[in-house]
Amino acid sequence: MVTTAAGYRRRYVASRVGVYLLAILAALLCAAPFLWSLITAFKQNRDLYNPQNNPFLFNRPATPDHITYLFQHTAFGTFAWNTLWVGVLVVGITLVLGLPAAYALARLDRPWAGWFGIGIFLVYLVPPSLLFLSLSRIVVAWGLQDSTWSLVLVYPTITIPVSVWLLIGFLKGIPKDIEEQAMVDGYSRVGAFIRAVVPLAFPGIVAVVVFAFTLTASEYIYALSFVSPTSQKVISTGVPTELVRGDVFFWQSLQAATVLVAVPIALVFNLFLDRFIAGFTQGAVKG
Amino acid sequence: MSAVREAEVARTPVRLPAARRRFADREGTLAWLFLMPSVVYILVLVGVPFVLAIGFALSDVTAGDPSYDYVGLRNFRRIFDDPVFWRSLGNTFIFTGVSMVLIVVLGKVLANIMIANFKGKWIVRFLVLLPWTTPVTLSSIAWLWMLDSIYSPIDWVLRQVGLLGKPGDLLGSGSNMYWLGEPGLAMASVITVHVWRLTPLAAVIMMAGLMAIPRDLEEAARVDGAGYWRRMFEVTIPLVLPVAAVAALFGTIFTFTDMAVVDVLTNGGPNNATQVLTSWAFFRGIDGGDVGQGAAIALFLFPILLAAAIAILRAVRRMEVG
Amino acid sequence: MAAEAPDLRPGRTVVEVRGLVKEYDGGIGRRARGRGGVRAIDGVDLVTEEGEYLVLLGPSGCGKTTLLRTIAGLEQPTAGDVLINGQVVTGLPPRARKIAMVFQSYALYPHKTVLANIVFPLRAAGMARPERERKARWAAELLGIEHLLGRKPRALSGGERQRVALARALVREPDVFLLDEPLSNLDAKLRASARDELKRFQQDVGTTTIYVTHDQVEAMGLGDRIAVLSAGKVRQVGKPMEVYDDPADTFVATFIGSPPMNLVPRDDQLVGFRPEHLLPESAFAASVDREKVPLAVDRIEYLSGDRHIYGTVTGIGKPTRVVSRLPATVDTPVTAGETYDFAVARDRLRFFSAETGLRI
Repeated sequence: MVTTAAGYRRRYVASRVGVYLLAILAALLCAAPFLWSLITAFKQNRDLYNPQNNPFLFNRPATPDHITYLFQHTAFGTFAWNTLWVGVLVVGITLVLGLPAAYALARLDRPWAGWFGIGIFLVYLVPPSLLFLSLSRIVVAWGLQDSTWSLVLVYPTITIPVSVWLLIGFLKGIPKDIEEQAMVDGYSRVGAFIRAVVPLAFPGIVAVVVFAFTLTASEYIYALSFVSPTSQKVISTGVPTELVRGDVFFWQSLQAATVLVAVPIALVFNLFLDRFIAGFTQGAVKG
Repeated sequence: MSAVREAEVARTPVRLPAARRRFADREGTLAWLFLMPSVVYILVLVGVPFVLAIGFALSDVTAGDPSYDYVGLRNFRRIFDDPVFWRSLGNTFIFTGVSMVLIVVLGKVLANIMIANFKGKWIVRFLVLLPWTTPVTLSSIAWLWMLDSIYSPIDWVLRQVGLLGKPGDLLGSGSNMYWLGEPGLAMASVITVHVWRLTPLAAVIMMAGLMAIPRDLEEAARVDGAGYWRRMFEVTIPLVLPVAAVAALFGTIFTFTDMAVVDVLTNGGPNNATQVLTSWAFFRGIDGGDVGQGAAIALFLFPILLAAAIAILRAVRRMEVG
Repeated sequence: MAAEAPDLRPGRTVVEVRGLVKEYDGGIGRRARGRGGVRAIDGVDLVTEEGEYLVLLGPSGCGKTTLLRTIAGLEQPTAGDVLINGQVVTGLPPRARKIAMVFQSYALYPHKTVLANIVFPLRAAGMARPERERKARWAAELLGIEHLLGRKPRALSGGERQRVALARALVREPDVFLLDEPLSNLDAKLRASARDELKRFQQDVGTTTIYVTHDQVEAMGLGDRIAVLSAGKVRQVGKPMEVYDDPADTFVATFIGSPPMNLVPRDDQLVGFRPEHLLPESAFAASVDREKVPLAVDRIEYLSGDRHIYGTVTGIGKPTRVVSRLPATVDTPVTAGETYDFAVARDRLRFFSAETGLRI
């Protein structure tokens, strides 16, 4: 069968339409609960708690009351602030410890580097569910129970292994010549690393920062088992416990919190998506 | 040449660093120095608790009585005698297995969509990433409302299209599906939410794999007259396989060790129908206060996970060599 | 690393390499399986003199780049020593060696401007800002790149990048320049002018230079002396003409020259002669002492005025396929399929041992 030019043209148009349809479908499926949350957050109780009402429309006027409630009557602001500073500190610790480690494994050309790399990755397999019982003992022993600092201490155990793994990928992507040039130009290994390698790895480092922050913000088990006072909680534990009182769910405020947290993180992550992908290829395929 | 003579004038000697080997240049020492902080950190906060966890699993430590008494394998015998443990174990495998397959397959599809060229890609990517970047408890709560026993909008839609709510309707005459109340539906719901949450991550990882495929290969296949599906199955998928395996590995770890979705949506119910090992360990160890049993249940996970990870990593290596 | 007191010839020897060996082990697995390493450099001795342009020439994988990197201190030798200005520098880091190196890729720091690239080594040396700016401008002027100082490397052409790399090497005022195939990233047209520029640059500056290449044209054109390497060993060191006219062994004889030297087996010897010395009888003056060789021609190529004549010679030794290169000045008609009387002047014949390949 010979396909005519017009036939190819039709097929091309069909495939373009298909791509758009699939893209829209994928976006809707992924974002549906959030779009739904967005509507719900502004609904009045009498509108929301009537199974006959169309749940996708405002059957009564929209109200900002529940969002006001979220900020004025719950510690949402505190949770967000805690999540933020815990995340920033954890990311900092991760980079300070992980970047040199990744460099050692990627570049310093030790015979054991390969095994070590795999070893570090395997640490990632030890699930929090296995460690939280004994870690909570350690946290207590160090007097950090019921303090957000316990999370600062523990979260790097989650972020370091993945970050090292990703950073190895980014560092391997930087031409060796550059740091050797810096060494020939009069710098030591350490000097070359700081002045030539780190600036070049910067985009990758940013991607790792975002990834590590996302992991930190999502963590649940440790946050649940180490910290119980409201003022010390982070978003992932604070929002569910504060806005669910026994069987009473403050639905609209919960939904508002979800959207308020989800959107900024996804926005930032999306900004660095391509960098992240680039690092992942190198880490995964050449690791 | 005049410039060269100027050079003679400018010939202030560059200061030569002390001609000795400093640690900053000795690669062996340096490598250890760079690695040590991470290694120590992880040994202290992963290695030690890991050993402690083994210790707890062999002891009678409880929340009420923290004194340590060695009891051998008694905790293991007791958890093995408990039918809920076996139920959780089975659930864990179903949960992980089904999620895994769906995550990898849907992740590949999603990745293909996300690397296609179209207008408004940025907003699509943003929306697609939402499930993964949102803290899992929050997104699970959003789902909890979607699956509510009375106000579920899904039920509302089903009622509107006539599949639910009247006698003779396909999905029954009740006004609601009770997504989280029926054992089978509850498991399906938990898996759906989990797949929804992790597919974007798998897609991102696979995008990495897809983008790494040399364009020439794809184009050569196109010139050779291979159609879309043939290219997909004979060029793209084999080349993406190692990265897909890595995505599967990440997915397995996240799935196997996750309890947030289960905890928020069903809390293991109804009647332990969605109880997985992690949530069961949490329930016994923290809520129930029996630290020894909790540790034993959690420890039971590890060898399985390790075996799975090593198998996947080996497979990846082999694929890369081949 | 027990080095004896350096052989002091003040002001003469700049870089010296003694008994250098570099072995790579093939990783843990290989060592465990008892397999030995690969010898990238296998006992190299080499001396450069003040102001000299020494070219390390060899096929890829012969160890020339490893040798250069070992001199730079980027690799540590398995055995042997590197001396710079009479001092043993083995084990010293690159920054303590007073060297400058230009990499094949030029390794310009992509995130820095040209000026920042050039002053980078001076900042390492702790030079004051006005001083290092002055020096960078001096180097930029010398290389004609003052107008580029504010640009980023990605906005530069290949030739401009080379000049920036040279300027950056120059400001260090090194005892020796190490250049690793700096022309191989340039296209063919640029390469000739860049080569010329490199040579003039070195003549102006007068600094000892070690230059690595696999391209014999570059080697012949640039080198005061050429060291030919193969399989980690130095086969011959000499002026371009010596290496060409008096190759030390069959490797050098066939590696240098295009087309390479013809080698004809005779008893336990190989008789060698250059294609341009295999000429028709009629092209010789009567007085020249020559060996007559019948050549059965099977193919002729015309290359920029020259004729390359492929055929089989008999009479010297075993019948062997050889090449003759006739310059445009020799206009004797030659056709494929015929046999002609050719000859080689006796003083142009070189003899090698068939067994070892060495000159006899």
